[in-house]
Amino acid sequence: MKIEPADVSKVALLARLDLSAEEMQAMAAHLSGIVGYVQQLQEIDTSGVEPMAHAIELRNVMAKDVVAASLSRDAALSNAPRHDGEYYLVPAVLGE
Amino acid sequence: MSLLDHSALELLALLQSNQVRAEQVVTESLSRIEQLDPPIGSFLHVNHDGALAAARDVDRRRHLGQPVGALAGLPVALKDLICTIDQPTTCASRMLANFRPPYDATVVARLRAADAILIGKTNLDEFAMGSSTESSALQRTRNPWNRDHVPGGSSGGSAACIASDLVPLALGTDTGGSIRQPAAFCGITGLKPTYGRVSRYGLIAFASSLDQIGPMCRSAADAALLLQATAGHDRHDSTSADVEVPDYLKAIAQPISGLRIGILRQQLDSDVDPEIHRAVTEATYVLKSLGALCQDIDLPHSQYGVATYYVIAPCEASSNLARYDGVHYGFRATQLTAAELTASESADLESEGPLVRMYRRTRETGFGAEVKRRIMLGTYALSAGYYDAYYLKAQRVRRLIRQDFDRAYQQVDALLGPVTPTPAFRFGEKSQDPLSMYLGDLFTVSANLAGLPGLSIPCGITVQGLPIGLHLQGPSFAEPTLLRLAHAFQQATDWHARRPPTS
Repeated sequence: MKIEPADVSKVALLARLDLSAEEMQAMAAHLSGIVGYVQQLQEIDTSGVEPMAHAIELRNVMAKDVVAASLSRDAALSNAPRHDGEYYLVPAVLGE
Repeated sequence: MSLLDHSALELLALLQSNQVRAEQVVTESLSRIEQLDPPIGSFLHVNHDGALAAARDVDRRRHLGQPVGALAGLPVALKDLICTIDQPTTCASRMLANFRPPYDATVVARLRAADAILIGKTNLDEFAMGSSTESSALQRTRNPWNRDHVPGGSSGGSAACIASDLVPLALGTDTGGSIRQPAAFCGITGLKPTYGRVSRYGLIAFASSLDQIGPMCRSAADAALLLQATAGHDRHDSTSADVEVPDYLKAIAQPISGLRIGILRQQLDSDVDPEIHRAVTEATYVLKSLGALCQDIDLPHSQYGVATYYVIAPCEASSNLARYDGVHYGFRATQLTAAELTASESADLESEGPLVRMYRRTRETGFGAEVKRRIMLGTYALSAGYYDAYYLKAQRVRRLIRQDFDRAYQQVDALLGPVTPTPAFRFGEKSQDPLSMYLGDLFTVSANLAGLPGLSIPCGITVQGLPIGLHLQGPSFAEPTLLRLAHAFQQATDWHARRPPTS
C-alpha cells in the first residue's frame, strides 16, 4: 500500500494540519508502512460479524432533566487564547 | 531508611496510629522528588505548597478527632492528562502547556474526598500516544533501572516515580498498554481496570472506547487500596459501569488454590526475549505451587490486535483531537501580518481563508510528530472510500478478539503471559520507526479492545538489570481475582520489593 505525498496533502487539509514538505515525505513513508501492516485484517473472514464500536455496549443512559451548576463564563473563557470577556475571538471570517 | 520505603498500606497504618504525621510523609516525598527526580524526570509539576497545606489540614483534623478519608495523608502522583483545578494539566503537549482545567476529574475529586495528598503531575507521551514517553514535548523521563533506557509509556512518569520511591501511589491511564507496559519496564505493579470501572470524566480523551484510568504502585495490595478509592459509577461519565465496587483488600487475602489459569502459550512461544520467556515460565511454577491450576490456552485473533488497534485508536484520536482548534483553550499560532506572509502563504490564505489558516498553523505547531501521525492515520482511515475497509473492518475484528476472550473465560479464571516481547529498550531505538514501536504493544492491546482488565507485576530481572513483567488478564470486573493472584505471587516472591540500583 503506497501512500503518495499528494494523498498526504489532501488528508492534512481534512485534518487541519499544515505539514512542511519534509514532514510530508516522512508522513507518506510512515503511513504507507502502517497502512500496509493493517492490510492483514483483510485476510480475516468477518462476514456476519457485527462491528463492535464500544467495549461495553450500553443502552441509552438517561439522566434526570434538572438544572445544575455549570461553568461560569469567566471560567469557560479563562483558557481562551483570545476573548473579549464575553466571546471567543477568532480571525475575521468574512473579511475586514 | 526513608519513610517511603514503606508500602502505602504500611504508611496508612502509621498515619492512623499517629506514629507519623501526614506532613512528615509529604515532606519526605517532596524532598525525595527534589533530590532524586532531576536525573529521572518523572514530574512535570510538583504541587509543593498545596500538598503541604493539605497534609497539615489532615494532621489538624486527625488531632481534633475529626473524621478523615480512607487515604488520609498518602501522597498520590497523577499522570498529567487527568484534570486538576489547582494544577496545570498539559498532556505533555505544547498545545496545552499553559492549560489550567476549570474543573477536577472525578478520580481527582474522589482522591481529595479520601484526603489523599495530590503531590504533582507526571510526564507521559504527548496525549498518551506512545510506548516510551519519548514523544513528550516537555521533558525526557529515564528508566530508574538504567538511565539509557526508556521507562516505557505512555504512563512513563508515573511508573518511574513509583520505581524511585518518590511516592507510594500513582494513577496512570491505559489505552493500549500504557499502564502495564511502563509498569513492566520499571518493575512495578500496574492495573488496567475493566472499561467503565473507573470514571473517565476529566480524563483528557485519546481513544474514548479504550481509555481507562488505573493504579500504579509497588504491590498488588497497594493497587487494591488505590482502586478502592477511585472505582465506581459516575453520572458524569455515561460509559461508567453501574456495578457495585467489591472490597478489593478483602479479596486479595483469599487463597488462590483452585483458581484456573490459562497460559497464553502462543504469546510465550512467539518471538519473546528468552529471559522474559524463562521468568514468565518460572512465575507459572510459583502460582502452581500455590495451588493454581494451569492449562495452555489460545486467543486465535490476538495476533491481529495491533493491526486492529492502530486503526481504531487513531480514528478515535483524530476525532477527539479535533477540539484543539486554537479557539476555546490551549495554544494558538500567532496571526501573520501581511508583510510577514510569503507568496505561498498568501496563496493559501486566499484559498483557505483566515480561520482555516489559523487552525492549520495552530495544530501544525502545537502537536508533535507522533500525535500528527495518529491524527493523519485516523483521518485517512475515516475518509470517504476507506471507512468500510479500515474502520468498520477493524470493528468487526474487534468483536472476534472479544469473543476469543469470552470463550477462554468459560474454561479459566485468568490468563497469564508476558507483558512485553522485550525489556525496556534504549532511547532512540524505536522512535524513528513508528511501526516497530507499535508492534511492542502486541500483548497488551487486546485487553483494551475487549474492554477487559489486565495487570502487570514484576516477575524477574534480566542479566542486564532490567525488570520483567508478568501479565495477568481476567474477565469483566475480575479485578478481585487478578489482584488476589498478584498478591499471592508477591507473598511468595520478592520481585516487587527489588529496587533500582542507587547512584
